[in-house]
Amino acid sequence: MSTSEKPPVLDFATDWDHTDPQWVSDPYPIWEDLRQRCPVAHTERYGGGWFPATHELVSQVANDTENFTSRMPIVVNGRLGDDAPPAPIGVVPPISSDPPFHHIARRLILPAFAPKPINALEPQIRALCEKLLDDMEGMDVVNAGHGFAQFIPPAVISHMLGFPEEDGDQFREFVHIVLEGIDEMDQEKREIAFQPVADYFEKQINDHVENPRDDLTSYLLNVEIFEGQKLSVEHVFGTMLLILIAGIDTTWSAITSSIWHLATHPADLARLVNEPELMPVAVEEFLRFYAPVTMARLVKEDFDFNGCPMKKDDWLLLGFPAANRDPEVFDRADEFIIDRAENRHLAFGLGIHRCAGSNLARLELRVAIETFIKRFPTFTLDDPSVVTWSQGQVRGARNLPIRVR
Amino acid sequence: MKVTINAEKCQGHGRCFSIAPNLFDCDDLGNGFVIGDGTLSADTIEVARLCQANCPEHAIDIEE
Repeated sequence: MSTSEKPPVLDFATDWDHTDPQWVSDPYPIWEDLRQRCPVAHTERYGGGWFPATHELVSQVANDTENFTSRMPIVVNGRLGDDAPPAPIGVVPPISSDPPFHHIARRLILPAFAPKPINALEPQIRALCEKLLDDMEGMDVVNAGHGFAQFIPPAVISHMLGFPEEDGDQFREFVHIVLEGIDEMDQEKREIAFQPVADYFEKQINDHVENPRDDLTSYLLNVEIFEGQKLSVEHVFGTMLLILIAGIDTTWSAITSSIWHLATHPADLARLVNEPELMPVAVEEFLRFYAPVTMARLVKEDFDFNGCPMKKDDWLLLGFPAANRDPEVFDRADEFIIDRAENRHLAFGLGIHRCAGSNLARLELRVAIETFIKRFPTFTLDDPSVVTWSQGQVRGARNLPIRVR
Repeated sequence: MKVTINAEKCQGHGRCFSIAPNLFDCDDLGNGFVIGDGTLSADTIEVARLCQANCPEHAIDIEE
């Protein structure tokens, strides 16, 4: 759906819209204003919903699985009511699951994303980044989005799922279909668009059933959810889809936002080049300041939330990026401080739905920045007016031409 | 002084064992645990406090 069809937002406190051009291009002043005035904003758009803007209220929602369900983590148009995918499993477990099933589904995938197996991927990710940078040899202007960041997570995810390397272009096309399709509000149109992806996943699942190997797809097919009981094919399919949706534009957005920051803040770039030991804390500050991911919940039953009369099936937009700019929690919250030592940010969420891929995301982000600034120790935005930012619940730079010499 | 991780609160953000791998490690789900009995020395108290200040779930306790 194109935003031009919608009336412009006059007051975000009573009519918020996370796809409004003003929110897309620079949401931070909006959130600061809401924190001072509301702090829970309301909208009649999307069938009705709420947006808490403070760290405290975002934390409350994230930890409240009694009153909020995760069964639809992305806002679509209209009140879903009984059309919402059924709790407690949802279509993309475990992100769409509620307790107690959530715990079971999550335990299954966490070992694959724990630090030890993820850190083993570092040499491969580094080689991939170096290869992408090699391809930029001789260029004065490189695209840190379309030419760099967008290639990194798909290659890693495809490798983890055990998809053939020669299917790389096809896989990137599927990523495109799925990520574009998420914003498609019409469920039927979305399903038609997703069909080639579903067919490919089915082919891969069948191949892995016949030829099991050491990868995530075989792992999901063989792991026992209860003694002697494997996952349903729907569950495997849903988790693979989740890994594709959640593992790709999220991380590439974090990478592009970080490179955008360095391109526009030469003192931070110089410091990071000269003091590489700052990288771990800098990564956390990139994550705090440019947290890419906003999640959603649905209200389970009518109830009062901090004075807000929430109704069953209202949307709740869970703005981790807004929480990360709350001056109640962060000293000089609206400043990027590259060596910020205390940084209790919520970029990966909070509570039982903490991003299962956070170790992988951090690794990709760190290696991408390390290799990029090593290759190009000074760089600037080539033309700020052509930089575009994604719309919706994942925020990051998309078109990002960088002048490297 | 001793440092402990509240396993009920820990969600595996991984901040503690990234900052202080000498004090914390993680299990195969990625959840943090304290290495040894968690007794802190003059050398480790400061970094333990830093880990505490970075845990999004407030899962790290330091017993004076």
